[in-house]
Amino acid sequence: MISFELTQSQVMARDMVRELAKKELRQRARGCDEESRCPDDLLEKSWALGLVSAGIPEAQGGAGAAAEQTTSALVLEELGYGCASLGAMVMAPMLFVRPLLDFGTDSQKQIYLPLFTGNRYHAATLALHEPNFGFDPAKLRTTAERHGDHFVLRGEKHLVPMGDRSSHFLVIARGQEPGVRQLQAFIVPRDARGLHVHAEPERTIGFQAMPWGRLSLDDLHAPLDWRLGGDQGIDGRRLLASLRVGGAALCVGLARAVTEMAVAYAKERVAFGQAIAKKQAIAFMIADMYTEVESMRWLVWKAASELERGVDATRSSVLAQDYVARKTMKIADDGIQVFGGHGFIRDYPLELWFRNARLLTTHEGPVAV
Amino acid sequence: MIDFTLSDSDKDILEQVRREALVTRKYARHYDDREEELPPMALPEASEFPNLLERVLERPAGDTGLATLQMLLGIERSWGDTVPLRFQRTALGNAALMAAGTPEQKARWGKTMLAMAITEPGCGSDSKAIKTTARLQGDHWVLDGEKIFVTTGIRAEGVVVWATTDAHAGRAGIKSFVVMKGTPGFEITRKEKKLGIRASDTAAISLSQCKIPRDHLLGGDESIPKQGSGGFRGVMKTFNMTRPGVAAGGIGKARASLDFATEALAQEGVTIDWECGRNARSATCARLIQMEADTEAATLATLRAAWLADVKQENNLEASISKSKGGEVSRSVPQGCIEILGALGTSRQYLLEKWLRDGRITDIYEGTGQIQRLIIARTIFGYSSAELS
Repeated sequence: MISFELTQSQVMARDMVRELAKKELRQRARGCDEESRCPDDLLEKSWALGLVSAGIPEAQGGAGAAAEQTTSALVLEELGYGCASLGAMVMAPMLFVRPLLDFGTDSQKQIYLPLFTGNRYHAATLALHEPNFGFDPAKLRTTAERHGDHFVLRGEKHLVPMGDRSSHFLVIARGQEPGVRQLQAFIVPRDARGLHVHAEPERTIGFQAMPWGRLSLDDLHAPLDWRLGGDQGIDGRRLLASLRVGGAALCVGLARAVTEMAVAYAKERVAFGQAIAKKQAIAFMIADMYTEVESMRWLVWKAASELERGVDATRSSVLAQDYVARKTMKIADDGIQVFGGHGFIRDYPLELWFRNARLLTTHEGPVAV
Repeated sequence: MIDFTLSDSDKDILEQVRREALVTRKYARHYDDREEELPPMALPEASEFPNLLERVLERPAGDTGLATLQMLLGIERSWGDTVPLRFQRTALGNAALMAAGTPEQKARWGKTMLAMAITEPGCGSDSKAIKTTARLQGDHWVLDGEKIFVTTGIRAEGVVVWATTDAHAGRAGIKSFVVMKGTPGFEITRKEKKLGIRASDTAAISLSQCKIPRDHLLGGDESIPKQGSGGFRGVMKTFNMTRPGVAAGGIGKARASLDFATEALAQEGVTIDWECGRNARSATCARLIQMEADTEAATLATLRAAWLADVKQENNLEASISKSKGGEVSRSVPQGCIEILGALGTSRQYLLEKWLRDGRITDIYEGTGQIQRLIIARTIFGYSSAELS
């Protein structure tokens, strides 16, 4: 039955994160970006809300709540509304936890999930992206070759969220054949022999506060029990869908914030004796921004709800990713236009949101629902 | 709980609409080619199908809301064609009656098919510029003016006519009146010839010294002394549900076009590989996915607007959002499908070219896309119509 109704606990989670987003993320966004600084205290403060541990079973020390993807999408929208870059840092551990919940063997869950139930922010992440133009998850270059009692991993990974401090990397490698169904994932501890974490962080147009990691896997020997899901492996389609929806959910929040800024500015800015909001050329642009924020949200919800029901969300997540990426970029771009010259000046927020939008809409992630 | 699945009864009902749609498609070209013919009130096959309304009303409690389901039905019906299996006995004027009529008026005309006449040769969206006048003469109103683009005006039994009782009062002076066919001074001057939706009749009407009883004023005499634009707003409320409905009609054309294009391309060996990386898609696949996403967005925006009505929440803004999105895809998707199919896509041996023509009205009637943007902008800025015009 078709319903857009949120559960009570979803409303509570959303409102709680909205507060954090307004009071903390939004206030810190500019400073962290300018200084390319990861705000550790903010990560600790956010961690205390239990956003990651909530969905971890009680047996492993979590709150044992259902790790609903729709709730996750609501949370990510609010974080994106605060600041997409900082929001992604807050939720980065889910890049490791979600696949573990989805595909991990009992013993893998037993070993790794408790890492995330303590009082301190614990960084672990996903290493998917590779440094080649036209990156395609269906045609990864990182390989995992089986040699008796271990796999040998070879390849290069970049744009790894929280790469500078993650204790574990979930390294995604291609299978025997190309294609997302063949993808494999390996839990690689930071101190594994053959793993080289480059010291110099990667710098990007947006998400400048994010410590992106760059990894080289140089004949890395991975014991069989590092392979996520054991012999079963993982469902690459589900993993990628979760990333698409996560990134899209952050985008909705980003686009909503830009629209809100444009509304306020257009009502205040006077040109030719009148608020520019009273001119159709501006008013219609902002009406479209608002319309698209509303519309893109439902695509995200639909894809998230399919993941939650456990059905194949490939189609719905591809549609959400495609639509949300196009519209978010347009909104961020039009946001600058509404602000005119001020949109170009770093004293105003727009250019930061535009840069963040450009990174976010091209990355496969950098968060998962 | 957020849920986009269809219940079993939703699926049953939609399956029946699809079967009906496949029948109406068989008549689509016929009535498109013969615009002068008025399609019958029921197609020959109509009796084979159970009454859908009964099935809709018999659904279990707690199922998909009625308004939401109606949007899905609207999309599916439009996917079939403009020619309905059976014409409904109500039209847009009935929606105005239900929104603004007195209890007596609702009882009296509830089963009468009423069209709605707003547009005039000199005004469309700017309905406060209406020139048709209504003058009170004793126990009668006397109407004078010209009305065009009256949907179902040919087959309706009566028309809800918008006229001004006080040309200086702007919106506040505009009232709506029920004028029955056959009233002296009421004349249908022509049936319009159109780009599309040719099976739907569109009338032009002339009112000349057209005298109607005083109680034919919608809302009764009560609606006269009201200050401000109360009566006008009452009728405008009609659009909160009809706008998503119109959007659904446009989405149906987009959906039909996409389904056709997808199937046609599959026969040529071109299919969407959903698992292919987004930077590795062919131009055609990228375009198809984009159109699928656009259509899905418009659909969900429309369901959202209707769902708000189902849960008794304000949906004025969302109705305009849905209409804006529905209007957009009704234009861009059939156009895009013809583009990716190439010249054969323009052939009249297929219905695709017709869906482009049929869909084109969506972004115009019931408020153009620009009017929807005005409404959206006014709402989010908190501006009156005077502040943002």
